[in-house]
Amino acid sequence: MSDTNTTPVAFVRDAMLQEQTPPVTAAGPVTWIKKNLFDGWFNTILTLLAIYFIYMIVSGAFPWFYNGVWTTNSLAECREILQGKTGGCFSVLTERWPQLLFGFKYPSEEYWRPTIAFFLLFFAAAPVLFNKLPRKMLIITAIFPFLAFWLIWGGSLLVPVMVAVGLIIGYVVFTKLEYQSFAMGLIGGIVATLVVWGLMGYITDPLSGVLALEQVPSRDMGGFMLNFILGVVCVSLSLPLGILLALGRQSDMLIIKWICVVFIEFIRGVPLITLLFVANVVLGYFLPPGSNFDLILRVIIMITMFSAAYIAEVVRGGLAALPKGQAEAAGSLGLDYAQSMRLIILPQALKISIPGIVNVAVGLFKDTVLVSVISMFDLVGMIRGPILASTEWNGVYWELWLAAVLFFFPICYGISQYSQWLERQLATGHR
Amino acid sequence: MKKSVFFGALTVAALAAGAAAAGTLDDVKARGKLNCGVTTGLVGFAAPDANGEWQGFDVGVCRAVAAAVLGDPSAVEFVPTTGKTRFTALASGEIDMLARNTTWTFSRDVDLKFEFVGVNYYDGQGFMVPKALGVSSAKELDGATVCIQTGTTTELNLADYFRTNNISYEPVPIETNAEAQPLYLEGACDVYTTDASGLAATRAAFENPADHVVLPEIISKEPLGPLVRHGDSEWGDVVRWSLNALIAAEELGVTSANIADMAAAAGNNPEINRLLGTEGTLGEMLGLDADWAKKAIMAGGNYGEIFEKNIGENTPIGLGRGLNAQWTDGGLLYVPPFR
Amino acid sequence: MTTLSDPPKGGFRLSTLINDTRYRSYTFQFIVLIALIAAFAYLGSNLIANLKAAGLNISYNFLGEPAGYDINQRLIEYTSQSTHLRAAVVGMLNTLLVAVVACLLATIIGVVVGVLRLSNNWIVNKLMGVYVEIFRNVPVLIWILIIMAVFVAVLPQPREFRGDDATASMFLDLFAFTGRGFYFPRPTFTAEWAAGSTGYLIIIGLLIASFFGARALSKNATATQERTGDRPTTWYYTLAIWLVPVLVACVIMGLSWEIPALKGFNFKGGIYARNSYIALTFALSIYTAAFIAENVRAGILAISTGQTEAAASLGLRPSRTMNLVILPQALRVIIPPLISQYLNITKNSSLAIAVGYMDVTGTLGGITLNQTGRAIETVLLLMAFYLIISLSISAVMNVYNNSVKLKER
Repeated sequence: MSDTNTTPVAFVRDAMLQEQTPPVTAAGPVTWIKKNLFDGWFNTILTLLAIYFIYMIVSGAFPWFYNGVWTTNSLAECREILQGKTGGCFSVLTERWPQLLFGFKYPSEEYWRPTIAFFLLFFAAAPVLFNKLPRKMLIITAIFPFLAFWLIWGGSLLVPVMVAVGLIIGYVVFTKLEYQSFAMGLIGGIVATLVVWGLMGYITDPLSGVLALEQVPSRDMGGFMLNFILGVVCVSLSLPLGILLALGRQSDMLIIKWICVVFIEFIRGVPLITLLFVANVVLGYFLPPGSNFDLILRVIIMITMFSAAYIAEVVRGGLAALPKGQAEAAGSLGLDYAQSMRLIILPQALKISIPGIVNVAVGLFKDTVLVSVISMFDLVGMIRGPILASTEWNGVYWELWLAAVLFFFPICYGISQYSQWLERQLATGHR
Repeated sequence: MKKSVFFGALTVAALAAGAAAAGTLDDVKARGKLNCGVTTGLVGFAAPDANGEWQGFDVGVCRAVAAAVLGDPSAVEFVPTTGKTRFTALASGEIDMLARNTTWTFSRDVDLKFEFVGVNYYDGQGFMVPKALGVSSAKELDGATVCIQTGTTTELNLADYFRTNNISYEPVPIETNAEAQPLYLEGACDVYTTDASGLAATRAAFENPADHVVLPEIISKEPLGPLVRHGDSEWGDVVRWSLNALIAAEELGVTSANIADMAAAAGNNPEINRLLGTEGTLGEMLGLDADWAKKAIMAGGNYGEIFEKNIGENTPIGLGRGLNAQWTDGGLLYVPPFR
Repeated sequence: MTTLSDPPKGGFRLSTLINDTRYRSYTFQFIVLIALIAAFAYLGSNLIANLKAAGLNISYNFLGEPAGYDINQRLIEYTSQSTHLRAAVVGMLNTLLVAVVACLLATIIGVVVGVLRLSNNWIVNKLMGVYVEIFRNVPVLIWILIIMAVFVAVLPQPREFRGDDATASMFLDLFAFTGRGFYFPRPTFTAEWAAGSTGYLIIIGLLIASFFGARALSKNATATQERTGDRPTTWYYTLAIWLVPVLVACVIMGLSWEIPALKGFNFKGGIYARNSYIALTFALSIYTAAFIAENVRAGILAISTGQTEAAASLGLRPSRTMNLVILPQALRVIIPPLISQYLNITKNSSLAIAVGYMDVTGTLGGITLNQTGRAIETVLLLMAFYLIISLSISAVMNVYNNSVKLKER
């Protein structure tokens, strides 16, 4: 057994061979197709079926789009132009576009207001969704609700400003009192806010003309804007409520635990549509006589409760996933319940639950179309009611429903892709 | 909308404590707006036009009441209601009055505790079929698929009618008129049934109204009228006499064209004088201005004018006066005297 | 932040209630309880005041009164003279019919799509991905309405089957696919004693008996296998157990098929599946199937390849690997979300109201509510119905979860 590798041997290669391209039969598009599409008789059948299916759709849809008419004023005119050819009558979309977006009662000269609010929403949401963005952008997020309210509903700018001032004062009081005890701070903060609001009422009423936009009652909201308002408002309102419910359900205090369990299970056990019926036909009986809540507000209350119950379950999952040691460690450091929750438990639990919460939000946004069942004119309500029933557009189904699909798909798909991206981001943290 | 919605919601507790149950008339005056429940959209009776303004026969009643109470026919908040929501909306106080072609029935009046203040349209349930079907009588509809607008007395009348005539049918319940339309037009139903006036209004919205016929059978009595809550008679009186003023105006020959002259000074006819407030204190008795009826009539004209403008023979809906003519013309409109 | 183990000295002070950890939770719960009672009392007093102002009362007497309206699809005897209660029951059965069929269909579609999404066939894989994303991200109500619109606008109406110049014809002269729904041939029995539902009941009874027979056979085969190591071939016995009794019964009872035929306005005879029913069931199925497909895919991906390799190294054939190793583990992951999807189908079936299908929301929460004006009572009953269904499904899920939980020792 002597050293064979020191002395060169004639039949041993001492230089690496150049890499060769694989034979044509083992690589290249042909092989790829063979391997991926026609691998065995079963796959071949599947592939052919799929190709046939795609062909059917494309061949059906292409002339429809290609011959589409965009500029007429009624279906009859469309038919005249098409003269029996296959073709979509997309003019319904161009003619009714503002109605699809804003409903039929929002004053048309004010359309710019919800449009601006919509674009501001992206700036407001961005820092929450992507934590790599500068934290200063959170200021926009904080201002957004008040600004959007003012833009969409109109009235004096003072009203939202005063509400914001009340909240800020409440928060200041809370931070001052918090060192005594969390409960004291909370109560103090709430009382301060309410007092400020009460006082502000005297200021805003006489000054209701200051920086005022034309007031639009919420009954006049409609179209896709209504879906959007409901989705955004209800998700934002239900987050804190959902977190409280989740904490309550995890609590050791029996009464609180059971209240939360009953609430969550009840809400999750009934369809949203029955809750909307409640908002529509029952809730009025439970409100104080003479008070006049309009329908959109009642619907917001019910949808918020609905999504809060679902968010509570997601957050509960996040809480359960945390090791018990975290709470014990916080306790051993001398943190009380509120502190340990706020500083230790919830930041971690919420981080785990964000994808789940986003999924609930997508589901909720989709569910906002159910309000069309209780005679509100959201996107679906507009299509089924005023548009399809009008003399001009009687019978334009495909174009309108395609539009409805295209309104929802990009937003829901975008958010769910974001949720998956986030899940991957979070997953790396644990490896 | 004195305060904005959210602000109102935030301080609701305070509001609720302060709100006392005053009469509806005072509420409306304090609010400066009349909340009037109408349909979600039935051309001719109540439907928003291209500018989002509500137009129609029922809308005319709402505007007249608003004009009588507040002096401004546009001070109305129209609340669209479905068959399901209308009664709750009225009972819970969301709306002050309901003018949504609602049939006056015993149980609605007595059991549901509403007060029908009168009849603004005498109607009956009819059937509409495509002409191509070749049907000339409802008795030939054995086995037909019938689209019904739910939430009305319609499905009850229909069940009774087909049962007494011992013919079978397939009911397809539809929530709103707008949803029923495509089903009927595409042939998923053979027949569409609702109040005859509603059929006429629906047919008017079709591309080819002439392809559809309304069958001669009227299978029910449907006195349609505005209604208010039980127990607030002052408010009930206001709505009742606003409606009566419109009808009486037609009978007495008061129109939106000549009302200004007639109201300027007391004329020869004492009843017109009392109606228009140039004589007597009728307005005061109602708790309104003396010229309340004048304002109500000026809002859209007298009953006949509102009828002709919205659903009359010269409109696409093309309804004849029929039962809804004045009693002097052989109709059923007969208002108590203004005295 | 008193965390002392000894009780503090000194007498009882009011602040003890908040500052002493032993009492704090009681104080807190007490406050919440009082607040809750106060809230309920407030709402209750509002309700009473409102009802009194409107002169109404809460009463369920309307349930015993004749409903007065007709329902098109009824699984039990019902006429317009039946009570509101019976109308509600007819609606509940219709809800269950949609829910059960949609669950089955959604599971089948979902599993197939989920498996195909893992296929290495590129085009099929992508196509399934597109299907899942499109259906998941658009509201189910829109799908229901689209499918209903397709039905009404695209399929031929009965009138197009009529006359010599008919533009549509029946499929094989047995099935009619119309815009009002599908008509299928219905098996009937000519023997007098088996007429009506008796014949169907006999067939169902026989099928149940066959099920137990087949199970006994399979058990027997397993026992044989464990004793001798060889599994006897039983598939033809099983087939016979399933088929022979039913076929014999059919011959004895005189099976014949009632074929739908165009009479008057509509097709008559046969089984009639209404457009609203099909649109609702189909839309719920394909919408939910998109979610189920994702669950199935995730469930299969959750099983590490090591399991497959280990099974192979033990000498298991691929089919056995799937049946004995992969599926049992994957099901543990798949079934809980699957059951909550079933729950969603049941709840979403209340959207029937959008297409005029007479489920419980359409009868009790629709026409009954309209006719009687008893909003509070009917909505409460409606919620109670859905709540009972949901809680029963959740209970089943809990039982299952406990039975498949990893036993930790």
